[in-house]
Amino acid sequence: MPSMKTEAVPMISARDIRKHFHGTEVLKGVSLDIGKGEVIAVIGPSGSGKSTFLRCLNHLETIDAGSIVIEGETLATTDAAGHCRYAPEAEARRICRKMGMVFQQFNLFPHLTVLQNVIEAPLTVKGLSRDAIVPRAEELLRKVGLIAKCGAYPSQLSGGQKQRVAIARALAMEPDIMLFDEPTSALDPELTGEVLRTMRQLAEERMTMLVVTHEMSFARDVSTEVVFMDHGEIVEARPAAEMFADPRHPRTRCFLEHML
Amino acid sequence: MDYLIQIIGPLLDGTAVTLQVFLLTLVLAVPLGLALALVRVSHFRTAASLVGGYIWLMRGTPLMLQMLFIYFALPFVPVIGIRLPDFPAAIVAFTLNYAAYFAEIFRSGIQSVGRGQYEAARVLGMSYGQTMRRIILPQVVKRILPPMSNETITLVKDTSLIYVLAMNDLLRAARGIVQRDFTTMPFVVAAAFYLIMTLVLTWGFMRLEKRYAVYED
Ligand SMILES: Nc1ncnc2c1ncn2[C@@H]1O[C@H](COP(=O)(O)OP(=O)(O)OP(=O)(O)O)[C@@H](O)[C@H]1O
Ligand SMILES: [Mg+2]
Repeated sequence: MPSMKTEAVPMISARDIRKHFHGTEVLKGVSLDIGKGEVIAVIGPSGSGKSTFLRCLNHLETIDAGSIVIEGETLATTDAAGHCRYAPEAEARRICRKMGMVFQQFNLFPHLTVLQNVIEAPLTVKGLSRDAIVPRAEELLRKVGLIAKCGAYPSQLSGGQKQRVAIARALAMEPDIMLFDEPTSALDPELTGEVLRTMRQLAEERMTMLVVTHEMSFARDVSTEVVFMDHGEIVEARPAAEMFADPRHPRTRCFLEHML
Repeated sequence: MDYLIQIIGPLLDGTAVTLQVFLLTLVLAVPLGLALALVRVSHFRTAASLVGGYIWLMRGTPLMLQMLFIYFALPFVPVIGIRLPDFPAAIVAFTLNYAAYFAEIFRSGIQSVGRGQYEAARVLGMSYGQTMRRIILPQVVKRILPPMSNETITLVKDTSLIYVLAMNDLLRAARGIVQRDFTTMPFVVAAAFYLIMTLVLTWGFMRLEKRYAVYED
């Protein structure tokens, strides 16, 4: 027993996640706990498995071994014999709804307007009435600075605006955790600021966030902890300030030297 | 002029038959084609391959042969052997055949929607059914309008095949008058009727395409 104090249940507890694609092991036993209100930045070279790890957490990929527990509820677990089992489909979907996700490529629904994009899931998944959800959606769009674009279609927006709509759309489902997979990588440099500002604001509101990013300034200034991944493993995980001031592992040091 | 008025009656009767076959086929084959496409893209491997085989069979043999088979040969097939009157036989053949073509159009439309759309819907908590109904299929409609327009225009003209079951569609009515009166006038009128029907279709599809042009993929 490491400590006698009663630890709060982590928002996400991932244990020894393993995942391979056609024979190549992409995640070689990744473990990570995320506490409430923590903002964790995941950095690492291309192909190191950052996206795959994120996608495993919300069941976009199926893990080979390990366990994933979301706010105390088991999404996937591996028994002593090494068989990995998932919660039943409907149950798994309900558990994963605690996590919202923002993609690099936005993935907005092109046939729906901005407002319709935001209210779609609350309407169909939660079964809320339009009257109940529209004011909340408008409030979210105001928050991301896009209330004026309510009736626009995604194709009429800039990349930065699309990504902010995507954030509002995820927030409309009232998730406890937000997963971001390189949310600014598809954007022109002058548009990354507006998205990062929105994310920073979320962090200040104590949203629990897991952010895969190449934006070192965001990792340093906003995150509470930085996780460095390489070759399917977490090489080093430390508080942001420490990590940047004094990376311990040679691979981390080498990577940061290239990034900064 | 008097002659025109005299032949227009039988030609209109023929047009009515043509339109009935056209509309009934459309109303039945589109939903059937959609259902087939959904099975074809589903994870039920066996069912998907069965549908694949069905589509191959229906597109790989002439529609006329299928019609003749259903009308003349089906009654002698053991167990399922039923004798259909000419009109229902034609409708069944057209529906089964066109459903295969529509299924392929729907399938390619469904598969042209990127994986990101499924993933976005999934992380919002939508089930596969909800994703299909609310996210994928509405986008498919826009994408398949051009091939659907082609296929329905082909259907208008294919209806003339029902003459092999001795039904009096527009073309057969025209040919009957031509052979009786030794004039090609009925053919000209029939062509005009076909053109009007395809014109209406083209116009309808154009309006739909315009309506779906409000958004871009
Ligand atoms: N669906 C897939 N099928 C096969 N291989 C895959 C698949 N997804 C990822 N991979 C492989 O897994 C490895 C890790 O990929 P992943 O996308 O997780 O890396 P990443 O750290 O997110 O990289 P990047 O910074 O480029 O986004 C890569 O070698 C990639 O080619
Ligand atoms: Mg990635």
